[in-house]
Amino acid sequence: MNATLKTLLASAALAALSGSPALANKVFVSNERGNTVTVIDSDTWEVLEEFPAGNRPRGITISPDGTKLYVCASDDDTVRVFDTETYEELHTLPSGPDPELFVIHPSGNPLYIANEDDNLVTVTDTETHTILAEVPVGVEPEGMGISADTKYVVNTSETTNMAHFINTETFEIEHNVLVDQRPRYAQYTKDGTRLFVSSEIGGTVSVMDIAEDGSPTLVEKISFEVPGIQPEWLQPVGVKVTDDGSRVFVALGPANRVAVIDGESLEVLDYIVVGQRVWQLAFTPDQKYLITTNGNSNDVTVIDVAEAEAIRSIQVGEQPWGVVVQPD
Amino acid sequence: MHRLSVLLAAAFMMLAAPVAALDVRAGVLRVDYPSLLPISRYDLKPEDLGFAGAALADEDNGTTGSFLGHSFETTTVAVTPEEADAALDTLLADGVRLIVVLANAEDLLRLSDRAAEEGALVFNAMAHDTALRSGECRANLLHITPSDAMLADAVVQYAVWKQWSDILLVEGSNPADILLGEAFENAARKFGAEIVETRVFEDTGGSRRTDSGHVLVQRQLPVFMQDAPEHDVVIAADRSDVFASYLPYHLWTPRPVMGSAGLRPVSVHPSHEAWGATQFQTRFEELTGRYVQEADYDTWLALRVVGEAVTRASTAEPDGIRDYVLSDAFELAAFKGVPVTFRDWNGQLRQPVLLFDDRITVSVSPQDGFLHQRSPLDSLGLDVPESQCTAFNRG
Repeated sequence: MNATLKTLLASAALAALSGSPALANKVFVSNERGNTVTVIDSDTWEVLEEFPAGNRPRGITISPDGTKLYVCASDDDTVRVFDTETYEELHTLPSGPDPELFVIHPSGNPLYIANEDDNLVTVTDTETHTILAEVPVGVEPEGMGISADTKYVVNTSETTNMAHFINTETFEIEHNVLVDQRPRYAQYTKDGTRLFVSSEIGGTVSVMDIAEDGSPTLVEKISFEVPGIQPEWLQPVGVKVTDDGSRVFVALGPANRVAVIDGESLEVLDYIVVGQRVWQLAFTPDQKYLITTNGNSNDVTVIDVAEAEAIRSIQVGEQPWGVVVQPD
Repeated sequence: MHRLSVLLAAAFMMLAAPVAALDVRAGVLRVDYPSLLPISRYDLKPEDLGFAGAALADEDNGTTGSFLGHSFETTTVAVTPEEADAALDTLLADGVRLIVVLANAEDLLRLSDRAAEEGALVFNAMAHDTALRSGECRANLLHITPSDAMLADAVVQYAVWKQWSDILLVEGSNPADILLGEAFENAARKFGAEIVETRVFEDTGGSRRTDSGHVLVQRQLPVFMQDAPEHDVVIAADRSDVFASYLPYHLWTPRPVMGSAGLRPVSVHPSHEAWGATQFQTRFEELTGRYVQEADYDTWLALRVVGEAVTRASTAEPDGIRDYVLSDAFELAAFKGVPVTFRDWNGQLRQPVLLFDDRITVSVSPQDGFLHQRSPLDSLGLDVPESQCTAFNRG
């Protein structure tokens, strides 16, 4: 693309921005069993489209400019890349076997991918479509997070039960922190001073303080309690933190609830009832809404963040797994 | 909360401090008994039965250990019943104090008692006998393998959930079959099902299979099964593998079969994929070139219990490991959807039981609605008041 065209496109985008007061964003939901991605409009909450996305789509993310959708097609052993306008597949990326979850560098390159079957984190260049590094980690790597300063990528390994802190320059593991059983997800706060790691079978969320040099200190384990629900079914998976750090949302799997946690006191404030087997979460860019994927009721729930209330549910494809919202 | 955080921080800092490197040495002792060939070739025992699970556990534990400076090495021995005691002595003389045993109840008890003299901890990865979790329990013997009581409870809970409450029980004539039959009778009493008749299938000896033997089976089995009272389901208790596999499709009255054939209670099977088990299966198959069997999984799990205790409690001593795994702090993910833990009254691993139709997981017990004040998992097997075990000092 030449420079003139880029400028033209940029001004067109600006014009579009100023012309529409409530900016709608596309919400992309991967449907693990349906082998599709459902597209939802975040203004009308209507389903716009459902398109084929390869075999067993799970992890899903988007380029910072919102033009490319990345989907872990786990059973195809590849990452599929789609155009967010046309939903055409643009190309695939080498991912290593059975990619499940990944995190994208805020610049859009590279992609850090957890390979469940091979005890590896694969680092893939999104422009040259090549593998930059393979980092050996614990058994069954899954959750992936990137620090605010991008100096560390955190991977959680489900059978080793650790959070591994990988230096993004050297690809060496610099810290390992033991957490509770089957860690599924890692999420830094926006300011990078905290890290939350959910443990599905342990039933807890480990909270780490992150020092300036990126080194972690485990300070707290948050646990959950809902009257009438067996403690074994309170299984934390997806975690999201508001940009100001005031609220932490945790998807509790087969408990069919999302926990709302005070980011300061780390007390659980509330449990929001959502659809069945809730796993992953995503905010809209204005953080007004949080979208949850409910794998066993084939829908997503939209939560009003300020009110901490579920406001609607939307039917999607079969067994929704992951969700990402197009940036502004 | 703030004070708690500070306290926790202090505790975690201690944990984070450099820990001593540990070389963890374990043994797997498998006793091979003379036996007839199984009815189905699918049940042939591979040479590396159990040992394959140990190899995978060494890899899994080793990967985790590499981040903490711990190494894991497991010695495996297969022996005849006559050689078992000498083989154990060799392991003990080598300094091995963590031993997984795959043997029958009688040998397991004798070996456990000998191991206790040297302060060794034993994990049972084969014997189902409920008595081992009751009057015959041992303080240094932990049971990974589910008891007959747990397996029978898992099956009968499902029957009751389906409202198949009238059961025709068919049991074999060998002692192990009779024990399993008793477990089904107890389960029926416990969950309000009724055994309308117990029929005994005599083991008359002879080979299990003959060429085109199905012709005779097809004629004889329905006759054996006729004139039974009204029943919803047939449950087979056939540890000896003499007749259960012949029951489905050969009954006089068409009914589902459960227990030793049809819908079977298992600790794992090769098509179990839920709760991340796919990764376990692919790791196992890549390493061993075959499908997993229960003895492999039970051995793997025994050594994962050891690995988890070493990781969390930073000890490779049998007493330290035993104390940690029996404490409230211990829990382990085992691809069963909920953490597995130990019963501190008899050393039995608390775990869900898969119900398998030889193709897929049909259901997982405990079933919905079978509650227990401690954990629904304790609706399977011997609870505190039912177990006569006194070797574990609770509390």
